[in-house]
Amino acid sequence: MMNEPLIALSGVERVFQLGDSEVHALHQLDLRIDSGEYVAVMGPSGSGKSTLLNLLGLLDRPNAGTYRLEGRDVTTLSPEEQARVRSERIGFVFQSFHLVPRLTAAENIALPMVLAGTAPSERRKRVDQALKDYGLTNRAGHRPNELSGGQRQRVAIARATIMQPAVILADEPTGNLDRATGEEVMRLLEELNGKGVTLIVVTHDAALGARAQRQLRMEDGELRQDSRQCAPRT
Amino acid sequence: MRAPDLIRFARDAAAGNPLRTVLLVLAMSIGVASVVVLTALGDGARRYVVNEFSSLGTNLVIVLPGKSQTGGFNPGNAITNTPRDLTIDDAQALLRASAVRRVAPLAVGTSEISVGGKLREVMVAGTTAQYIDVRRLPLAQGRFLAEGDWRRGASEAVIGAKIRDELFGANPALGQLVRIGDRRFRIIGIMASTGQGLGMNTDELVLVPVSLAQAMFNSNTLFRVLVEANSRESIELAKSQATAILKARHEGEEDVTVITQDAVLATFDRLLGTLTLAVAGIAAISLAVAGILVMNVMLVSVTQRTSEIGLLKALGATGGTIRTAFLTEAAMLSLAGAVLGFLLGHAGAAIIRQLYPVYPAYPPDWAAIAGLGTALVTGILFGVLPARRAARLDPVESLAKR
Ligand SMILES: Nc1ncnc2c1ncn2[C@@H]1O[C@H](COP(=O)(O)OP(=O)(O)O)[C@@H](O)[C@H]1O
Ligand SMILES: [Mg+2]
Repeated sequence: MMNEPLIALSGVERVFQLGDSEVHALHQLDLRIDSGEYVAVMGPSGSGKSTLLNLLGLLDRPNAGTYRLEGRDVTTLSPEEQARVRSERIGFVFQSFHLVPRLTAAENIALPMVLAGTAPSERRKRVDQALKDYGLTNRAGHRPNELSGGQRQRVAIARATIMQPAVILADEPTGNLDRATGEEVMRLLEELNGKGVTLIVVTHDAALGARAQRQLRMEDGELRQDSRQCAPRT
Repeated sequence: MRAPDLIRFARDAAAGNPLRTVLLVLAMSIGVASVVVLTALGDGARRYVVNEFSSLGTNLVIVLPGKSQTGGFNPGNAITNTPRDLTIDDAQALLRASAVRRVAPLAVGTSEISVGGKLREVMVAGTTAQYIDVRRLPLAQGRFLAEGDWRRGASEAVIGAKIRDELFGANPALGQLVRIGDRRFRIIGIMASTGQGLGMNTDELVLVPVSLAQAMFNSNTLFRVLVEANSRESIELAKSQATAILKARHEGEEDVTVITQDAVLATFDRLLGTLTLAVAGIAAISLAVAGILVMNVMLVSVTQRTSEIGLLKALGATGGTIRTAFLTEAAMLSLAGAVLGFLLGHAGAAIIRQLYPVYPAYPPDWAAIAGLGTALVTGILFGVLPARRAARLDPVESLAKR
């Protein structure tokens, strides 16, 4: 298992039916991502970046091809098993934050643990630590509408990491933020990567994408360019 | 998800949309409250009737002239079409029965009573001394009709409380002479007021010896004979003995009807019990309506919270978790509505009892429990469809919804 990559896609197809026509959102995609990598996914709008991320996050299933996560074929798992994998191995960060408006910052951060049935004492400990780590301690009791965009995204990142996932999937995490705040959010994500979490970020912004160790360029559902193409294929 | 977390999550979701929550709780509570109030009314009617009948007297057997139609074709009747009279001697003969303690004959008619220029129409009941004991009636003043020969009564009368008020006002009535029909009577007693009742109300009654009443109405037959059995156990024996004695006296012809108070009571009890059940059923329809409302409101809620459901799935929630969360919410709202309705219903029943003190409008235990149970079951049942819809939502599409 030494050489087993974290993520291995082979021959992945994702076809959407739009009326009579078919849209190939992903076409014959082969991709390997090792544990601990920092990958930027770039490309024009509609090129399939979000579709790829949803697939990697087990929110969606490919029409063809296989997806192996940590050596296990996850495309054939039951919905319950997939939910478990999402809960334990994957953290999502969205462009529009996706915080639950009626819950406080602390409650939003605790949500994945609540869903997983983590004991309250353990929850409190981890939430307190996360609030400290992301400089949100004095915002713990605030609802999302009382927080700035940057604070909201920090809550979302805290929530994505609270279950200590193996991989963080971020779909344009800075898309709704100004430049300075976006930089700060990227720094937080990069810090996580520094601690060994695999980071996959979709971005429009070439400058932000350039900060990653590896860039993937997508067009029309195909992988056109991989900055680590030199990596040996098996 | 842990149970306390589920409940907190459902509570927060409900609190997050107060209008929806209030609407649901209200609909459910109206359903439950109507079950409670309507069954309280129905069961109250049953209790009221049963109480009133019980107050007629205890261990009562009642003899009526004529054969009741339920007896079927009677060849004796076919020959002599006019029923034989039920006479004072018949009544007196019943005293021979071993199971009989007391007998009171009753002849009833209307007449006029006048004193000092005041005149009014009254109901006159002719009876004997034991009537007051058989019916367990209280006397306010004086004494009741004297014992003695049933066929030769003294010209004495006992009047009801209202008659006394109307004819004498604040003046003493005892010992006064009044004219009833074309005879003069001395007032020897006044009945205590019994208020409104189902049985024969004595407030507007004038009681005179049975022989004088029969003379007044120019009739030989009695309206009823009230028979008191020795005990509750001997009611049936008293009934058969009375039937046998009268049959023998009427040349082997069974031309009277003997009923027991128990049988009458049981019939009313059953009838009004069924009525209460029917009324409860009608009220339960409003619960079904509330259930449909629960379903629709929860469906709207699922649509409104699509994006949240997508997020929960992205965060690792299984379909089962989401289904449970929505079901918990529906159940909690239904329960809150049911409890509120239960309290409202009891308050409503209490108000009815305040307004009509004689009416025992207590909801029966079964109705309250059935109302609560039905509310919960409908709430959960109608919550299943929305919960399943939520659980089946596609996470990617849901997340894309705003
Ligand atoms: N649910 C869907 N139904 C139909 N077409 C879709 C759906 N989701 C995505 N697509 C199409 O798939 C292609 C890729 O979409 P997407 O992955 O969202 O692109 P990107 O994130 O790179 O902008 C687009 O052409 C889009 O219109
Ligand atoms: Mg996209």
